[in-house]
Amino acid sequence: MLTIANKTFNSRLFTGTGKFSSAALMEDALLASGSELVTVALKRVDMNDPQDDILRHLQHPHISLLPNTSGVRTAKEAVFAAQLAREALQTNWLKLEIHPDPKYLMPDPVETLKATEELVKLGFVVLPYIHADPVLCKRLEEAGAAAVMPLGSPIGSNKGLKTIDFLEIIIEQSKVPVVVDAGIGSPSDAAKALEIGADAVLVNTAIAVAGEPVQMATAFKMAVEAGRIAYEARLAKPLHTAIASSPLTAFLDEHYG
Amino acid sequence: MDSFINIFNQYNWNEVKERIYSKTAADVEAALTKPGRSLDDFMALISPAAAAYLEPMAKLSQQLTQQRFGKTIQMYVPMYLSNECNNICTYCGFSLDNKVRRRTLTATEILQEAAAIKSMGYEHVLLVTGEANHTVHVPYFKNAIRLLRDQFAHISMEVQPLDEADYRELIAEGLHTVLVYQETYHREDYKKHHPKGKKSNFQYRIETPDRLGRAGVHKIGLGVLIGLEDWRTDSFFTALHLQYLERTYWQTKYSISFPRLRPFSGGLEPKVEMVDRELVQLICAWRIFNQEVELSLSTRELPRFRDHVIKLGITSISAGSKTNPGGYAVEPESLEQFEIADERSPAEMAQVISSIGYEPVWKDWDITLSTQNTELKT
Repeated sequence: MLTIANKTFNSRLFTGTGKFSSAALMEDALLASGSELVTVALKRVDMNDPQDDILRHLQHPHISLLPNTSGVRTAKEAVFAAQLAREALQTNWLKLEIHPDPKYLMPDPVETLKATEELVKLGFVVLPYIHADPVLCKRLEEAGAAAVMPLGSPIGSNKGLKTIDFLEIIIEQSKVPVVVDAGIGSPSDAAKALEIGADAVLVNTAIAVAGEPVQMATAFKMAVEAGRIAYEARLAKPLHTAIASSPLTAFLDEHYG
Repeated sequence: MDSFINIFNQYNWNEVKERIYSKTAADVEAALTKPGRSLDDFMALISPAAAAYLEPMAKLSQQLTQQRFGKTIQMYVPMYLSNECNNICTYCGFSLDNKVRRRTLTATEILQEAAAIKSMGYEHVLLVTGEANHTVHVPYFKNAIRLLRDQFAHISMEVQPLDEADYRELIAEGLHTVLVYQETYHREDYKKHHPKGKKSNFQYRIETPDRLGRAGVHKIGLGVLIGLEDWRTDSFFTALHLQYLERTYWQTKYSISFPRLRPFSGGLEPKVEMVDRELVQLICAWRIFNQEVELSLSTRELPRFRDHVIKLGITSISAGSKTNPGGYAVEPESLEQFEIADERSPAEMAQVISSIGYEPVWKDWDITLSTQNTELKT
């Protein structure tokens, strides 16, 4: 069971709501995924319309909304958007996304840290999306982030865990849950992230853009479960060298003549 | 200060044209199989040699578009605020020398039009005018944005080029996107098509995206009017412009349009025809060259063509458009800027989009995310 802030999750697969061919298909896929935390872009929904097409399809008791600030470019804009979201969507959870670069959507570490400090003071449960930067993760943890969300590779790229060496450092050092976000392209990438000890993954494009999004959601659900079980069962480490047939320390057992 | 003109001046139209036309099948194949494409590869993709590769180009373009944008199509609609214009443009229905009744919408009329547009479901409105600096000026635009910003999530503008300080002022009011088409990058031809008015200043126009970038606008739309000059060469210069802008104003998004010259009463016949196959080639070439840029298609194109190309790389379209000021509610019968070719309503268009497996997206911005002067209502 995963706990973030005061909430527990049975599923370690978090999902997104973008890029689906219809809101109904999105709903079916999210239900198949078993996901209990679903991120939704503030810019895409009409926060004041209870009949909003996306929000309407997310009304299930096991699904919590995680509003995200995609589109903002500064800490100031993010804090403003967060306050609107809290008011309209009745949640103080926030996926903090500040990527001023619209081409690769790379997160701005300076603005993200600034916004996290401020939002925590304002009582938000902040999950910042960031580069796989171990020092930044510690700084965010100190600032009061409820979890950290380092990227595997650029958003929507499906390139998998390009940052794996840094993710391992982050996981080793972190006192808050680590959610690998962005770039997870296939169920095997998700399984790998859980195997190395990530607490959860967030997947959107790989499900939404698949030929059969509902089936793909099921595949991700199973992969995340398998990855977690493998982590808990403690993977046998691969050995990079053969065991020498004449051990170097065997002489210690020999009798001196 | 950065300016595209410095880069532009290093190129010669005829040399560029010759390079494009001498691209070979091998160049096209190389461009298609690489992981990332340069401007030189873009030349190959828009060259006559690439015509034989239309199907593989379309497949690749579709795949790259779906990966980045998903199966979604953004919906926007123009609102013509004014057809007053002091420019003479040989191809435009609003040209000063064209005898039409001129009209600039009043505040009341803007709200009437807004209500009609809202009732069609739109959240993204594109404000369009001619160039009449004495009546349709920055205070007029400011007032229009103030009237509309509570009703629309996303306000774009396609009006005369303005100064950087003007853009800053309008962005602070809630302006998100500005479209400014160069029409043609052929300097001499540009002069020929814009003989009179402020628009005849080629350099001021070509530097407009620089002023927009410095002002910090969220999105800039580029394009050329296809039919004025060789579309391949003009498209290369658009790509050169885009590449420069992306590197210089890296916090701004970009979109590209490819308007084909449409007839209006007494207007210019296209100098260069572009057939449907070529427009498909151009759309796919853009996507293969740049995966992030938005590609927009208006109601200038026929229904059958639109229905097919929205699967090949297009990411935003308009529907139910009126190209006359007051066309939605105030005075539906006045003269249009150009004849539209797809008269289906937004609801019909949305139905078509859904039926081919895409989701029409009405809202993808929230004006509250960027309105710098707005205070939090508590």
